[in-house]
Amino acid sequence: MADKHIDDVSGVETTGHEWDGIRELNNPLPRWWLWTFYACIVWALGYMVVYPAVPMLTGATKGLLGYSSRAELAGEMAGAKTAQGAIVEKISASSLPEILADPQMAQFATAAGAAAFKVNCVQCHGSGATGGAGYPNLNDDDWLWGGKAEDIHQTIAHGIRYADDAESRVSEMPAFADILKPEEIREVSAYVVSLTGTPRNPAMVEPGKALFADNCASCHGEDAKGNREFGAPNLADAIWLKVKGEDQIAAQVRQPKHGVMPAWQARLGDATVKELAVYIHSLGGGE
Amino acid sequence: MNLYTAKKPKTEPANGAPKAGPDEPLYAARKKIFPKRAEGRFRRFKWLVMLITLGIYYLTPWIRWDRGPFAPDQAVLVDLANRRFYFFFIEIWPQEFFFVAGLLVMAGFGLFLLTSAVGRAWCGYACPQTVWVDLFLVVERFIEGDRNARMKLDAGPWTFDKVYKRVTKHAIWLLIAIATGGAWIFYFADAPSLAFDFLTGHAAFVAYSTVALLTATTYVLGGLMREQVCIYMCPWPRIQGAMLDDNSLVVTYNDWRGEPRGKHQKKVAADSNAAGDCVDCNACVAVCPMGIDIRDGQQLECITCALCIDACDSVMDKLERPRGLIAYATLNEYESNMALATDNGRIGIEPVRVRKADGAFSDSVRHFNWRIILRPRTLLYMGVWTAVGIGLVVALLSRDRLEVNVLHDRNPQYVLESDGSIRNGYTIRLLNMIPERRTVLLSMMGLAGAEMKIPALTDASDRVFAIPVEPDKVTTLKVFVTLPKGAVGDAREGFSFIAEDRASSEKDVYRANFNTPGAK
Repeated sequence: MADKHIDDVSGVETTGHEWDGIRELNNPLPRWWLWTFYACIVWALGYMVVYPAVPMLTGATKGLLGYSSRAELAGEMAGAKTAQGAIVEKISASSLPEILADPQMAQFATAAGAAAFKVNCVQCHGSGATGGAGYPNLNDDDWLWGGKAEDIHQTIAHGIRYADDAESRVSEMPAFADILKPEEIREVSAYVVSLTGTPRNPAMVEPGKALFADNCASCHGEDAKGNREFGAPNLADAIWLKVKGEDQIAAQVRQPKHGVMPAWQARLGDATVKELAVYIHSLGGGE
Repeated sequence: MNLYTAKKPKTEPANGAPKAGPDEPLYAARKKIFPKRAEGRFRRFKWLVMLITLGIYYLTPWIRWDRGPFAPDQAVLVDLANRRFYFFFIEIWPQEFFFVAGLLVMAGFGLFLLTSAVGRAWCGYACPQTVWVDLFLVVERFIEGDRNARMKLDAGPWTFDKVYKRVTKHAIWLLIAIATGGAWIFYFADAPSLAFDFLTGHAAFVAYSTVALLTATTYVLGGLMREQVCIYMCPWPRIQGAMLDDNSLVVTYNDWRGEPRGKHQKKVAADSNAAGDCVDCNACVAVCPMGIDIRDGQQLECITCALCIDACDSVMDKLERPRGLIAYATLNEYESNMALATDNGRIGIEPVRVRKADGAFSDSVRHFNWRIILRPRTLLYMGVWTAVGIGLVVALLSRDRLEVNVLHDRNPQYVLESDGSIRNGYTIRLLNMIPERRTVLLSMMGLAGAEMKIPALTDASDRVFAIPVEPDKVTTLKVFVTLPKGAVGDAREGFSFIAEDRASSEKDVYRANFNTPGAK
């Protein structure tokens, strides 16, 4: 390096570089800063040894502490589970009326049920539990198989027409295409529409009523209000699960479609199914 | 001349030596300051202010105020955990925080008013920095003696005596600092139980860290940095410049009567030369906690603590001359008197021009007139301050302690029931903002035919429900409103939830909507 040059004004040594008469002062880093920097390097080396750091072909070095963020998450989840353990166990051991009667359990079950619903149920029933064509709305007071907490619990636990569960609720509406003539199917459809609205041809209602009494009333009831024993829908109310209008009713009579719901008891466990039942029951239609 | 335009120091060479150029270092080394103890009316006033402000600060958390069994009994409490602020008979919930904002606005305008009327009175008397530095100086004087003794001690070698005095001084400073930080936390929790927990090591970590932080700031700012805080760190002096004008009172050295100064004025006067009142005794410099010479004119360092006025007045009393050589004066007065003394700047200061033959001041000399305080600027500040104050009082007296908040379900927006009626869901929060149990009537207005159902209370439907609410708490309820088929219209319908307490005739109305399938 060039010979030492001291800046006149500041009395500080310059680096010896000169650009158009301008010299750069040589103010070295403060000692404490330098030592902090060295300490950081030492710290970083230790960190690399203790924690996972160096990427290899199939993963990374494990580090002496054996730390991993995944294990930390698992630990936190386990901690949360332990923290909730007592009340979850209590819910497991209690009957549904007991859960509903206990404000603490009911509140926990409703919140937990809402969370489980968002993961397992929204795919068919929708995020607001409003369902869709073929998938029941769980907010209203129209229940195919019953709206008491126990009924809801049975449905969630064992499903509907779910072949893999022996306790699943099962029913099947016959295909009337083979039993009734096309004209008769139109008549019975006109009658069903007349229960809540105005059919296209009022003349068909009377013969339809007779056909209904002979063929349909055994499941749907004399007054067409359905039968929860068989999951037979109420045809005399404002809510239509699968069909809308005369033609679609006729199609359903000819060749019925049936919904299937899986059984959840085995997959989610007793407590979660109870929580789901409490949550569905709280949506406004619970009986 | 403008305010804060310091006059040239007397020490500047008059022979045209090169002015401060690039060679002058930009960094000024700190000069040690050893303020002498002052006596006088302003000093007494400052003791009083110190007593009151420190008293308020240290004692307020210990005042008790009975609010019944459902609220704390501490008169002033910022309950962060439960989001409540208690101030004697006033309880503030988070949504009412505008009251505190209003108080801050008032404090701001109060400060503007004070500053434009009497200058930097905040800095000189009430600022915590000033008060604590004053307190620390009391300790310093008690341990190390007054100005001369301290200067001698500081310059002397590190004897046992010096070490002993210094250690004692800093130990007491630290104790004061700990007490300062310690008092702060009592505003945020029940003071007696927190004090017990704190001393037995059971208080929350944040309590200890807060005390540690405030101890450090008090000790460093009040004990070690002192005037440096005011000169270099504080933004307020810079802002104050905007509030001061030619009619603001500032501590002024009246050189129109003081100059020419001299140590042997009697002799000079006997020689029938014009002599000023200033005997150059340096008493004003010795007492100054900022380490300046007020005779150099207005300086940004001056916090207008007025101790130099006390010092000078006592000297003037001894010399049997009128007080007020250094005094609170407005720039207008000062300039008028200067113009008189110097014949509008044409000559140097001639004391004879401001005096009569008998030595009293000439009638042309202007003295302070209280009416100057009332001018458009101060009246404006006063008006805004009063308006905000009246607004706050009216808001406080007319505020409701019962509130209803409603959250309308958005998913589903409505539910069709099997009988064709339409149901909407609402989450209703009833805010009972007094520490007493009471029963709130929740009713509906409008939406004819509709009924409410509150499953958490009862299975029955009705248009009015009596709801018991907990003291000083929010009660949350799920409410379903069902409109029969025949009453369902094509459009979204408005109606109101009304929450009222018949006993106190408090009432709050929430305007809600009812969604129907026809509403787009």
